[in-house]
Amino acid sequence: MVTRARPSLLCLAGSAGAETLATGGATGVEGPERPGPLQDETLGVASVPSQWRGVQGIRGETKSCQTASIATAEASAQTRKCADAEVQTEAPELVGVPSVPWNDGPRLAAFLRRVEVMVTQELNKNWQSHAFDGFEVNWAEQQQTVTCLHTLGYPPAQGQGLHVTSVSWNSTGSVVACAYGRLDDGDWSTLKSFVCAWNLDRRGLNPQQPSAVVEVPSAVMCLAFHPTQPSHVAGGLYSGEVLVWDISRPEDPLLWRTGLTDDTHTDPVYQVVWLPEPQHSHRFQVLSVATDGKVLLWQGAGAGRLQLSAGFALAVQQLPRNTKLKKPPRGETEVGATAVAFSSFDPSLFVLGTEGGYPLKCSLAAEEAALAWTPSSVPLRAPARFTFSPHGGPVYSVSCSPFHRNLFLSAGTDGHVHLYSMLQAQPLTSLQLSHKYLFAVRWSPVRPLVFAAASGEGDVQLFDLQKSSQKPTVSIKQTQDESPVYCLEFNRQQTKLLAAGDAKGTVKVWQLSTEFTEQGPRETEDLDQLAAEVAA
Amino acid sequence: MAEVEETLKRIQSHKGVIGTMVVNAEGIPIRTTLDNSTTVQYAGLLHQLTMKARSTVRDIDPQNDLTFLRIRSKKHEIMVAPDKEYLLIVIQNPCE
Repeated sequence: MVTRARPSLLCLAGSAGAETLATGGATGVEGPERPGPLQDETLGVASVPSQWRGVQGIRGETKSCQTASIATAEASAQTRKCADAEVQTEAPELVGVPSVPWNDGPRLAAFLRRVEVMVTQELNKNWQSHAFDGFEVNWAEQQQTVTCLHTLGYPPAQGQGLHVTSVSWNSTGSVVACAYGRLDDGDWSTLKSFVCAWNLDRRGLNPQQPSAVVEVPSAVMCLAFHPTQPSHVAGGLYSGEVLVWDISRPEDPLLWRTGLTDDTHTDPVYQVVWLPEPQHSHRFQVLSVATDGKVLLWQGAGAGRLQLSAGFALAVQQLPRNTKLKKPPRGETEVGATAVAFSSFDPSLFVLGTEGGYPLKCSLAAEEAALAWTPSSVPLRAPARFTFSPHGGPVYSVSCSPFHRNLFLSAGTDGHVHLYSMLQAQPLTSLQLSHKYLFAVRWSPVRPLVFAAASGEGDVQLFDLQKSSQKPTVSIKQTQDESPVYCLEFNRQQTKLLAAGDAKGTVKVWQLSTEFTEQGPRETEDLDQLAAEVAA
Repeated sequence: MAEVEETLKRIQSHKGVIGTMVVNAEGIPIRTTLDNSTTVQYAGLLHQLTMKARSTVRDIDPQNDLTFLRIRSKKHEIMVAPDKEYLLIVIQNPCE
């Protein structure tokens, strides 16, 4: 069959499947045209010109593209991880002395017999020996000289020519505050004043930029930090007002103020101190002394008011007459108080420095009513118990010994420091330290025989009575131009620090040498002896 | 028995003596005039120190031996009388 023959010619190696397909195709084209026999056929030549160069030419186009700039952003994240854990240890069991049987008699007795003679000899020798007198071993590194650690100041206050009238260390010992005011200007002034505080432990301390500044409408005369609250500070103003600030609240630092009432001092407040309340020892009152002759005790009440809780007034007529005092001119009855110091041993006993130059021993427990010349909301009492013999001028500073119940120091405008015993009117010793005024005197809180004084010649004088009772052991120049030093204060916590403020508006923090900070052997006994010897 | 107590009392009655104790060779206190915790502390520490001092002396010269130990401190003078079996420790205030 022809139909069979054609596929077999076309597909010589056709498979069975291909065959089937061909058969189908043959059936499809079956029509009028019959397929003829195989013949030659010439087909037209199709030529395909090479295009590779042309194509290349066309394709050679220059194109460029740019992506949008990649936006980057930095972000940080932190996870917080908290964990609470509690541990408790058993209370340590006291290792008791094991009860060793007492029947070790004979050998122990023999041992004691052997060593008793030797021990007795040594004990006696030891008691009589003076081999170690004055011998000191220095294990710690010695600070040989007194050095200035910081020179602090507040330029706006210094620009106004304000003096540093008072310095105070806070309860932690790391913050020093100073009060700006004027001592030479006996006039009511409306000049703005400041209380500034520096935290010396803060990193990056800027001596010209206090960590806290409080603006005050009148000159600040005195300052005292709260004994336990590190940020509370009390201040007395030239106007007679007493205020308490919280320097940790820079926007609204004022906590309490006395305001100007009938109770308020009418003269400049020269010193403020904090006193524990008699019933609650953890609460404190502010005691203020002023040249109007009043000593007032203030208690913080609601609405930011300091309320008078007790008061004392000094009248010349009521002073104990154990020394010759000038008879007061008629009509003048007030005794201006310029300084106060409380005994470290008797909480009700205090010493007042007066404008008349005589220190007064006073008691908070006094009952006698004072000769009142101004109205007051609480009855004023007369506190004076004893009058000491006077200085040649007003007393600006008094300080009670922290180590002896009877000793106190006073310093005044006559340039003398007097060492008094509470028991006698005459001073035990009188030392002239300055040809000008003396503005401050303070016992060291750690060395019973050391005190410091601030002089009108710009010196801070450190006295060691163990070394010399005549001249200062060290005299430091605080100001270069001999402008006076008005105040100084030892740091009770960091005992090698002493702060002093001067007329230049500068507070200098001095680091004391080791000789002023380490108590020597038997120093307290020497102090007792000093009190007894000179009195005898 | 009474002899031991009497001897200790005699030593204790010397001027400036704060405390007296007897410690055995293990460092355990067997007689004391001080309170419990102070005694335990002194006994333990001074026993160690005395042993150390003794070995120091003997290391320097094997023929030598410790006979007495005195410690002068800022506040006290501590004396130790050593022996084969016991230590006598006396604490005294330095002279006035």
